[in-house]
Amino acid sequence: MGHVDFATPGAAMTAQPTTQPSTPKPYRDHSTESLLSPVERGVMGVLGLGALALSLRGGPVERLLLAAVGVGFTGMAATGTNPLATALKIRQNEEGDTLVSDAVTVGQPPERLYAIWRDLTNLPGLMKHLESVQVLDERRSRWTVKGPAGTAVSWDAELTADEPGRRIAWRSLPGAAIENSGEVLFRPAPGDRGTEIRVNLAYHAPGGTTGAVIARIAGQEPSQQLRDDLMRFKREQELGFAPTTKGQSSGRAEKDPGQAQQQTGQGGQK
Amino acid sequence: MKAIIWQGTNKVGVERVPDPTLLLSTDAIVRVTSTAICGSDLHLLDGYIPSMEKGDILGHEFMGEIVEVGRDVKNLKVGDRVVVPFNIACGVCDPCRRGLFSACDNTNPNHRMAEALYGAVSGGGLFGYSHLYGGYAGGQAQFVRVPFADVGCFKIESDLRDEQVLFLTDIFPTGYQAAEQCGIIPGRDVVAVFGAGPVGQFAARSAMMLGAAHVIVIDRVPERLNMAEAAGAQTINYEKEDVLVALRDATGGRGPDHVIDAVGLEAHGHGPGALMDTAKQKARLNFDRITALRWAILSCAKGGTVSVPGVYGGLVDKLPMGAAFAKGLTFRMGQTHTHRYVLPLLERIEAGQIDPTFVITHRASLDEAPELYKTFRDKHDGCIKVVLDPWGQPGQVQRG
Repeated sequence: MGHVDFATPGAAMTAQPTTQPSTPKPYRDHSTESLLSPVERGVMGVLGLGALALSLRGGPVERLLLAAVGVGFTGMAATGTNPLATALKIRQNEEGDTLVSDAVTVGQPPERLYAIWRDLTNLPGLMKHLESVQVLDERRSRWTVKGPAGTAVSWDAELTADEPGRRIAWRSLPGAAIENSGEVLFRPAPGDRGTEIRVNLAYHAPGGTTGAVIARIAGQEPSQQLRDDLMRFKREQELGFAPTTKGQSSGRAEKDPGQAQQQTGQGGQK
Repeated sequence: MKAIIWQGTNKVGVERVPDPTLLLSTDAIVRVTSTAICGSDLHLLDGYIPSMEKGDILGHEFMGEIVEVGRDVKNLKVGDRVVVPFNIACGVCDPCRRGLFSACDNTNPNHRMAEALYGAVSGGGLFGYSHLYGGYAGGQAQFVRVPFADVGCFKIESDLRDEQVLFLTDIFPTGYQAAEQCGIIPGRDVVAVFGAGPVGQFAARSAMMLGAAHVIVIDRVPERLNMAEAAGAQTINYEKEDVLVALRDATGGRGPDHVIDAVGLEAHGHGPGALMDTAKQKARLNFDRITALRWAILSCAKGGTVSVPGVYGGLVDKLPMGAAFAKGLTFRMGQTHTHRYVLPLLERIEAGQIDPTFVITHRASLDEAPELYKTFRDKHDGCIKVVLDPWGQPGQVQRG
């Protein structure tokens, strides 16, 4: 995959923005190390030094543990990197935005798949974390996502590129609770295999790198969500339904625990 | 209904469970008339395939009669007699259209689990073979739900008995694919088969059907070697002979042109490599014991093929990659693209070129299955292949 330049409005844009968008954020596709924000570095420095101070007292096991924690936090503060985030392959750009991208090949022509994504009201069906997308005018739309514990967050977004059959890009307008931007790219797959779809998302994770690590460990991380979304889309387009074992017979008394790992796609009715 | 349930490592039982129902409009329900225990089921019994859950219904070799179809099932009707490949394929994705049915993109609901373990994208779903492969309920039961029924059910319209066509669901196509992908040059190539279990038996016979000049089968169990000899193969008992020396001797020092590993991850064998594999497997440091694969690579002739129908599940150590490279070997492996082979092999059975019942040593009802899993695993009582009648009266195991 070549350099992804999705903050720059595309050549084939259908309309110019009415307000000047905020400065585009550079999108680095090959970011390898997760960087900590100054605030995170400060907090970790204090925690690290505190743990080191405490490790001078107490029993041998406590000392060792506190010293290890202290060295870890202090090291993260001093270097400004989060090795845990790096190990979990959480990608970020220099501005601290978390980057998420994935790709899937779907056995349908690009024009058809583009048309489905271009109707923004379809997006909640494609991306499960979206509650709704309300089209405000030709460029602007209001997006609502489901937050934790039944909360909902809304913001306004604008299209930054619309190249029929090839690319759609959007960005949150200033004032959004979670600054974010994204694009979806369509290109013919070689050899009559349909369309390669690539989705790139960038968002400012609440809690910075640490928040992204916690979200990943809790299983709420958008890269997993995106993978499921794309596979579900592929199967809806190729099969018309999602494969399932939900409700099948087993020797387990009540609910099939195996279902916990499955996506909750709707199948055709029998 | 009655079904064989995985109750944990080394624990398989018969339980009463709810009858299956149609879950999607493309499903069918099959009343199972015959089912079999596969060597790969033993890897589940022994706990070597990750992501099994207590309560899973086992079984992926089964056939029967259609008793219910969803409204989008086009090619089948109630009463049709069908055999069902062990893998589940959608028939429309790119791999399926290329005939790579076991690589189906769309039938594994747990694709993410497989992607995490194996990288890239997951293969298709399998009946009764762990949640990694979709968690589909299996067919060692009185009824089974067959998803993607139009793709997965093959009608049997001749009057062949169940036992003559049952193995089209797995072991016959698996042995055949293993031989076919060697690219045997008729009248010239020598083929060695490690493992004289059911897949090895079918691989040896398939190699002969495809014109191999000579077939050599390696095992240590006398009755299995006898069965291979009955088909016309030379046999080597690796406990009595140095297998690498014996294979050189049998091939004028060249080694077999193609070697089939029909053993997989629970190889026995001996020597320091085998001992280390066993120790590591017990400690869960590696999943797979690869004695058969090592021997296959080391014995194979230059420019030959190592074809692997045996199941591997995880990581291996000390794979002789240098030998494979130096000899320019080709590796072929993977789950069988069963759907591709059902009809051509049915024709061979109908034409009398092979009678697959030769492999059956034990017949019983579902109730005897837990005991027979262990008999089969421990290779007691001459056990090579077990066929189960889900509706049979409990209490008797028929030999031969």
